[in-house]
Amino acid sequence: MTTTQELTVKTEPFVLNMGPLHPSTHGVYRMRVTLDGEVVLDIEPIFGYLHRGIEKLMEERTYTGCIPLTDRLDYVSAMNNNFGYCLAVEKLASIKVPERGEYIRVITAELQRIGNHCVAIGAMLNDAGALGTPFFYLWRQREKIYDLLEMLCGQRLMHNYMRIGGVSQDIPDEFLPAIAKFIPQLRSFIEEFEFFLKQNEILIARAKGVGILPKELAINCGISGPVARASGIKHDLRQDDPYSIYDRFEFDIPTCENGDCYDRYRIRMEEMRQSLRIIEQAIK
Amino acid sequence: MTTALSAKEIVSQLGTKFPGAIEEAGAESVLVKSDALPAVVEYLKTTEGLKFDYLNYITAVDYYNYFEVVYMLTSLEFNRSVVLKVRCYTRDNPTVPSLTGIYQGADWQEREVYDLMGITFEGHPNLKRIFLWEGFTGHPLRKDWNR
Repeated sequence: MTTTQELTVKTEPFVLNMGPLHPSTHGVYRMRVTLDGEVVLDIEPIFGYLHRGIEKLMEERTYTGCIPLTDRLDYVSAMNNNFGYCLAVEKLASIKVPERGEYIRVITAELQRIGNHCVAIGAMLNDAGALGTPFFYLWRQREKIYDLLEMLCGQRLMHNYMRIGGVSQDIPDEFLPAIAKFIPQLRSFIEEFEFFLKQNEILIARAKGVGILPKELAINCGISGPVARASGIKHDLRQDDPYSIYDRFEFDIPTCENGDCYDRYRIRMEEMRQSLRIIEQAIK
Repeated sequence: MTTALSAKEIVSQLGTKFPGAIEEAGAESVLVKSDALPAVVEYLKTTEGLKFDYLNYITAVDYYNYFEVVYMLTSLEFNRSVVLKVRCYTRDNPTVPSLTGIYQGADWQEREVYDLMGITFEGHPNLKRIFLWEGFTGHPLRKDWNR
């Protein structure tokens, strides 16, 4: 008869290299994983494969010449990076942006935020096992946003639209009617999309209670944005330290309390709704 | 709205608590002596009424004559922020105490400053390059770096 003693297998930790992964899988990234069987004991993230030295490149360009580089900081939110950079230069040089320019900036930044959240949610659902379908539903909405942004600047991904002191050109006549048509369409899409996913067993099983980031840890690590808000940190610069004209709009800062993957999905859905509210107020 | 706590207010509190720790108080930032930094930050983080519990960023500037390491802290509870600066006057092996024991978020930020600006953070548990590869020589954001 075998005893428990004999069945105990002596194991030792095993180091496995995961990656570097291809850029299309959300950036080139490598993990050195220490495993004990199937249990992950430790992960050392290794990155920098796509570090392009943008700060260094900026040193030898004019202030205006740096704007196209900011597009490339994050290709899913080019407009918002234009925005942040221009705000910094304007603050240094005490340049005031015309009111119309401020409104156009807010509209484009919030459109881009929605597009960004579409990619984040789509990619997350892809990774959770819903290959393709939800991703392309969201991608279609993002394409419509890019149609709108293309009207403004002729570019779909690397907009290079904002300038120090405003934007490169005024909005064309067809822009406001198009956006007025887009808002209700996207709003009903969000409702429909959430209806499908809210009670989806697979999503709940794979996202609820998974990857919990507690509030205290998130604060201590300096986490920001929707990830912080999903962990219950009610902090959003648009309200807490409003830049541009964000103090003129009414919108809520949603927060969740569990800080798991499911909450990080929920928070982005809710933020898309809030962005639509801001855009609606801004186009008036 | 985040109120940047004026340097004056901070200095009056810190001056009595840590005599000699403040080198200079600008309009928007406080220049702290390098050795006093961890104690000052710990005080700002844990004192009731201040509670600067959030480290926004760590960065560094090369002014040729000295390096300046810049820290921005925010109190989420009181919605206030403060900027601290520390200077290193040497170009070979400038050293600043690490804040990794106070904020976990300091870990990667300090590695980035080390990698690109070549400032050593004393007490960092794993100070190695974060973006550039292991065999890389020099620190490219230094003004005298030559490709």
